[in-house]
Amino acid sequence: MQIDEKNVNFLKKVEELSGEKITLCEQCGICTTSCPMVDEMDFTPAGIMRAVQIGDETIIESKAIWVCASCFSCTVRCPRGIDLSKVTEALRQLTLRKNVDHIDLKEVKKEKLPAIAVVSALRKFTG
Amino acid sequence: MAKIGVYVCHCGGNISDIVDVDEVARFASKLPDVTVVRSISHMCSENGQRTIMDDIEEHNLDRVVVAACSPQFQGSTFEKTLAKAGLNPNMVEMANIREQSAWSHYGKPEDATEKAKILTSMAVERIRKKEPVERISMKIGKNALVIGGGIAGIQASLDLANAGIDVYLVEKEPTIGGHMAQLSRTFPTEDCASCILAPKMADAAEHPNVHLMTYSEILEVSGSIGNFKVRIMKKPRYVDENKCTACRECEKVCPVNVPDEFNLGMTARKAIYLPSSTAVPHAHVIDKDACLGLNPLVCGRCAEVCEADAINYDDTPLYVNLEVDTIIVTTGFDIFNAELKPQYGYGKYRNVITSLQMERIIVEMAEGRPPRPVGKDIAFIQCVGSRDAQVGNLYCSRICCMYATKLASLLKRADPSSEVYVFYTDLRAYGKGFEEYYRTAQEIGVNFIRGRPGELMEDAETKKVIIKVEDTLTRKIIERKFDLVVLSVGMIPSPGTIKIAEMLKLPRSSDGFIKEAHPKFRPVDTPVEGIFVAGTAQGPKDIPDTVAQASAAAARAMTFMNKGEFEMNPIKAVINGEMCNGCGICAEHCPVDAIQVKGVAEINPPLCKGCGACISFCPRDAIDLRIYSDDEIMAEIEAALKDKREDEKRILIFADDMCTYTLADSVGTAKREYPPNTYLIRVPSSSRVTPKMMLKTFEMGADGIFLGECEEAVSPYPNTLDVIDENIKKVRTVLSRAGIAPERVNYSPFVTVMLPKFVNTINKMVEIVNKYGNIPEEKRRKLSAVEVMQ
Repeated sequence: MQIDEKNVNFLKKVEELSGEKITLCEQCGICTTSCPMVDEMDFTPAGIMRAVQIGDETIIESKAIWVCASCFSCTVRCPRGIDLSKVTEALRQLTLRKNVDHIDLKEVKKEKLPAIAVVSALRKFTG
Repeated sequence: MAKIGVYVCHCGGNISDIVDVDEVARFASKLPDVTVVRSISHMCSENGQRTIMDDIEEHNLDRVVVAACSPQFQGSTFEKTLAKAGLNPNMVEMANIREQSAWSHYGKPEDATEKAKILTSMAVERIRKKEPVERISMKIGKNALVIGGGIAGIQASLDLANAGIDVYLVEKEPTIGGHMAQLSRTFPTEDCASCILAPKMADAAEHPNVHLMTYSEILEVSGSIGNFKVRIMKKPRYVDENKCTACRECEKVCPVNVPDEFNLGMTARKAIYLPSSTAVPHAHVIDKDACLGLNPLVCGRCAEVCEADAINYDDTPLYVNLEVDTIIVTTGFDIFNAELKPQYGYGKYRNVITSLQMERIIVEMAEGRPPRPVGKDIAFIQCVGSRDAQVGNLYCSRICCMYATKLASLLKRADPSSEVYVFYTDLRAYGKGFEEYYRTAQEIGVNFIRGRPGELMEDAETKKVIIKVEDTLTRKIIERKFDLVVLSVGMIPSPGTIKIAEMLKLPRSSDGFIKEAHPKFRPVDTPVEGIFVAGTAQGPKDIPDTVAQASAAAARAMTFMNKGEFEMNPIKAVINGEMCNGCGICAEHCPVDAIQVKGVAEINPPLCKGCGACISFCPRDAIDLRIYSDDEIMAEIEAALKDKREDEKRILIFADDMCTYTLADSVGTAKREYPPNTYLIRVPSSSRVTPKMMLKTFEMGADGIFLGECEEAVSPYPNTLDVIDENIKKVRTVLSRAGIAPERVNYSPFVTVMLPKFVNTINKMVEIVNKYGNIPEEKRRKLSAVEVMQ
């Protein structure tokens, strides 16, 4: 991977959106084994942090950021005091801001789906 | 009338290439009381100094101004010159026309010359107000107190004792030796810790100059260097340490079993016990909380069997008062309480222990009495309680990487069929022989895995501990069962360190350990004169560093004691007893508790560090500062603002001696330019510049005032930035009321390396003043009418 300005800008963008200092991450991996969803993830939480650190934009295509349940287990254990759930939320925002609808609302059957599920399926659809 | 000689130095062109030195000399000759003016190539040379001495003799000069380089550079040279010529060394003043003019305004020779003239007149006006100052020396004897009998305290005591100093070594536990006595082996050499320590413990006890006081606590310390008064309580031991032969017969009959703290609760001891097998003094002690009441009617079995008749149930505390000249604090560390990381299950899971427990297990195993099995699969988890914002400890404890490597190696070698894992975040093998030792551990098959486990689980049936961890190098999540998990706990300041720091008023750094006077150049001094610190009381460190610091602290203490006389920093607050009404406000604000109110306020000179922070708080203007008196500084300010043209703007910068003044010199040396209409006034601390003084400065014609002060972390004076902040607020309030922009006064903390920050800050200040223009005369006059709220 060629590293250039694009990478730096991606890191800056995520830092700005999350309000977290991602360069603080020392890659200890405590978030990974604190995560109850990690078995379902294609990237570990520490892996996500590393990807952002080096400015690897492809991380927003990962499944992991959508699997994150925002349970804050990582956040309460991070020895560097980083709020990782804000970072994954920022990564999700990067997709959400593109306003891509994953389903056609008209096609949602009149099944009694809770509103939150409809919204999730619409924008946060994990495939 | 004073007779002043003014000497303008060329500095071999350094000054004279830019500044018109003859013009400065002509200007100086018209200044009041100036008798002789000379302009010479190198004032600091033998020839230059000789000229001053000859002039003093011939013209009967009583004061000298040298317009040359920084007083921090050559000040002491000219002080010595004056002393040789029979004048008080305080009667010389330097005008810093090299760093502050020729070098920092080299692009503007005319401005540089004008500024050099003003700097010279500032020095002349100041020297006119100066009085001879007698140096204050105090007698200092050869008695030292060492608090804490770990390896640091033992080493410091032995060094002092061998140099002929009387040492009182005070230890709160019944034996000396500290944590080192508990360790198995030392890294990276794998010496048996107690085998190398025991002879030193014995030396300390037997040395004729060491007065060992174990089981003793410091109750109170007062006074200052050369005259510390210490009150110590020797706790009742209930066993006469001189009679006890440590035959251990008493232990056999004692019916009480309690956890043995030396083995961290993994084994039991009796209520009467020998603190450790290498205890010094080698005598038993009765744990009065565990003993059946110290009442011979209830039990008394130990006394019955004691052939030495050493047991005394009626023992009482013994109070001892000492006078000592210096103090070395070696109160050490404690291990991090692993229960504060509940996810690791310490105290809950049977097979999770701390590294210090592992040390004891290895020692006891070697003696053939393992307190518990270690199993075949052993894991170490690093950074427990260190480098962890969640528990508030941001620092690295420095020893855990290597002790884990050591324990892992010892276990692996003891049983090569075992599997030993070390889960680490960063492996720091920074010391002599450490990297090689790490390599050896890898060679014998210790597994190092880079990852910090989130939480530990216990297998309900086998009680094995399950570790799940991300191998951060392959991004794979690894899971494995272990017979035993060792938490590599970090160091925290011991309760004794915290208590003694509070008692002696020693500041602590943000990590909680005792702060040194200067992180680079005074690493074992504390900011309190005559008190030194060594070992882990100052911060996490290993044994070699601890011993090195202990010897350093002993040497530093001897530097003062061997001379027999101690010369104090002559800058001291002085109370005018007639003005003082004993309100005590100054005493409340003194950052080092150097003021006592006995009817009127009194300064304790050895404690006073001469920052001058108290002066601003005195509602009756009853405090002044020796060497930096109100009169002297006001004279300097007046000269700096004299003959100001109408359109001219002048900014006064008060620079604390240690950081800002030094920094301004460095800026000059680096030839970084800043606007020349800025005039530096050297003060010990900018907290000495009172609101009244600042307002007076504005009234006299300043258009801006800037205060520079050391950053808290390197400042020799505690909390002066708070005082400055408060003073500036007061001045700004008054300025606003008079319709003057409050931004005309500002301050900033500096350290000596912040060259760009200094230049930028000064530029910004000048910009602000330019923006607002000159202060109109009628507004300045308003200031004189305002009474400053103190």
